[in-house]
Amino acid sequence: MKIRAQIGKVLNLDKCIGCHTCSVTCKNVWTSREGMEYAWFNNVETKPGIGYPREWENQDVWNGGWVRKRNGRIAPKMGGKLRILAKIFANPDMPQIDDYYEPFTFDYEHLHSAPESQTPPTARPRSLISGERMEKIEWGPNWEEILGGEFAKRSKDVNFEALEKDIYGQFENTFMMYLPRLCEHCLNPSCVAACPSGAIYKREEDGIVLIDQDKCRGWRMCVSACPYKKIYYNWRSGKSEKCIFCYPRIEAGQPTVCSETCVGRIRYLGVLLYDADRIEQAAAAEDPQDLYQAQLDIFLDPADPEVVRQALADGVPQAWIDAARMSPVWRMAMDWKVAFPLHPEYRTLPMVWYVPPLSPIQSAAEAGALGHDGLIPDVSQLRIPLRYLANMLTAGDEAPVKLALERMLAMRAYMRARHVDGRRELGALERVGLSEAQIEDMYQTMAIANYEDRFVIPTTHREYAEEAFDLRGECGFSFGDGCSGGTGKVDLFSHEVRVGPSAGGRSDKAGAVR
Amino acid sequence: MADWLHILVFGYYPYFAATVFLAGSLIRFDREQYTWRSGSSQLLRRRQLVWGSVLFHVGILLLFLGHFVGLLTPKEIYHAFGLSSGVKQVLAIVAGGIFGVVCFVGLTMLLHRRLSDPRIRRTSSPMDIAILAILWLQLVLGLATLPLSWAHREHGEVMVTLSLWAQKIVTFQADAALHVADVSWVYKAHIFLGVTIFLIFPFSRLVHIWSAPVGYLGRRGYQVVRTREGRRAA
Repeated sequence: MKIRAQIGKVLNLDKCIGCHTCSVTCKNVWTSREGMEYAWFNNVETKPGIGYPREWENQDVWNGGWVRKRNGRIAPKMGGKLRILAKIFANPDMPQIDDYYEPFTFDYEHLHSAPESQTPPTARPRSLISGERMEKIEWGPNWEEILGGEFAKRSKDVNFEALEKDIYGQFENTFMMYLPRLCEHCLNPSCVAACPSGAIYKREEDGIVLIDQDKCRGWRMCVSACPYKKIYYNWRSGKSEKCIFCYPRIEAGQPTVCSETCVGRIRYLGVLLYDADRIEQAAAAEDPQDLYQAQLDIFLDPADPEVVRQALADGVPQAWIDAARMSPVWRMAMDWKVAFPLHPEYRTLPMVWYVPPLSPIQSAAEAGALGHDGLIPDVSQLRIPLRYLANMLTAGDEAPVKLALERMLAMRAYMRARHVDGRRELGALERVGLSEAQIEDMYQTMAIANYEDRFVIPTTHREYAEEAFDLRGECGFSFGDGCSGGTGKVDLFSHEVRVGPSAGGRSDKAGAVR
Repeated sequence: MADWLHILVFGYYPYFAATVFLAGSLIRFDREQYTWRSGSSQLLRRRQLVWGSVLFHVGILLLFLGHFVGLLTPKEIYHAFGLSSGVKQVLAIVAGGIFGVVCFVGLTMLLHRRLSDPRIRRTSSPMDIAILAILWLQLVLGLATLPLSWAHREHGEVMVTLSLWAQKIVTFQADAALHVADVSWVYKAHIFLGVTIFLIFPFSRLVHIWSAPVGYLGRRGYQVVRTREGRRAA
């Protein structure tokens, strides 16, 4: 047994309102620069839909994640090391930027400089890559917002597998949910496995997966290997970049920017202890539907004295073990079993988990329109099909998702009975197998969701590992090249393209001439 | 060509270029590793890249290998294996011709793509375009030597002369330049441009060649975990 700690995350989709505050704050902090305009370390998708980049979940197209071989071992779906190297000159599994979207700006300057005309001037779009006019924008991030676009296109969503999807195209049966996505900081990351340079690594102390910008050579294999398509190739720097889990904030005990700014309070951060020696075994479970349980099985109980002893021996600081005991992620994933990994069938053992959303049922049920199974409404009658959620979260196994939804409904029934009727409704709890104390805790964590309950992040004890005196006079966070700008007046290594409002004005000369 | 110029170009210039090549690569690797990358543009446009890049790379790698072995193997060695200079010359012409054409097709596609595609053109640095153009010119010069070499395929005397020059250069013998005094200007131009490519190598994206990820095949397992001290975890 080799115990490591990781800061895990849970997103409570039941409370996500799709406001994109997480995406926007993340973009403003990390990716608002040339080469990364198209990249969203965090994005929010409306499901059902094919998402961003197009059809990212369809691994028949992109070959991301792992496959279990006949001998019971796992290998990247792209192929073994030799096959990955064979793709190095041109990678057939890599999306083109149009699969994300071609980034654009608008000719705002034209609004200032247009001559007098019959109609008001307009600011037309222009590519941020080529600088050329874009006549029509065909695709963008979040193009399917609130079920935008035809059902025929959106229904290519692979989560419809084993569902009669055509009926969900009808207005009366339609359903939707939001899915905020970021790097999963997997226990068994396939991006790391596919990186020929060895530039991508998982940090031992907190599990954050990072790309060493100095060591990345731009072979682009990680972009394909990541089944979540959460590694982005920076076309300006020629290096791949990804969500860094705001590690400078995490190290200081602060939540990531997306979590901090989440207005719905849906995001939770907490420590999980796991057995690093059993990662490969868990990821190689034969039946994909066993992968969820296999991942639960390698998480270790921080209340167990034997685990604590071994964790300390393996170098996990006491503060981290203490934090693991208070971890909201542990409680949601392990205690109440209401959180699930996203697409466990990719075998990467992702560490950003999701609480499935409830959907309209109760009001309709109370009106007698739907079946009502005693105290808890029948979850098979939920507007969002159980199978759809199961395809997303448990490789199609409906039972765990059903139980989670019932537990959330039971919590509501119990709290409503207590606050409205002033009685203890124990029937519902018994049915879903939770104690009163658990429900109270669940209510406090998931419904009230105070800041200190959502984020339990121990600081990283940098001072133990690094001599701060050696760091004096350094440049802090830079573009991986220390204090050097990497560019000079005679620039052989890169070429500036600036397509901003000024460039837009210049191109519309007719408007500027008086 | 004046003697002093000839000595300069074929006697001293290779050492100048080699010094810049090695020292420049080392300095850039040490100081500017963030700029050290293949510079792929596949994300921006897949069209013409898949065929172009594969043909170009396969062609040029085999050409490089052929030049390396062909030029630096002393003739006594292959004679000892029963390979006469004439047969080796024909082998070189056939292999070089085939891979030269493969590389030419790929490189032409890449150059066309880089110049004509607005996305690629706008995001190219001057050196990105220059290095492709220089490689293309070098390849054309190389292909142009084929008919000349074919003319003396019997004994392969020019090939022997050129390889003697290369061997003397890498073994630091002062009279190397004398060996190429009488060969056709096409060979001379090809050599000059070849040496020049070594000279500009550290200033171009070619530095990614140093980082060819062969070590990946030897990596134990798939995962990489780093400890805080930057070590690989056990």
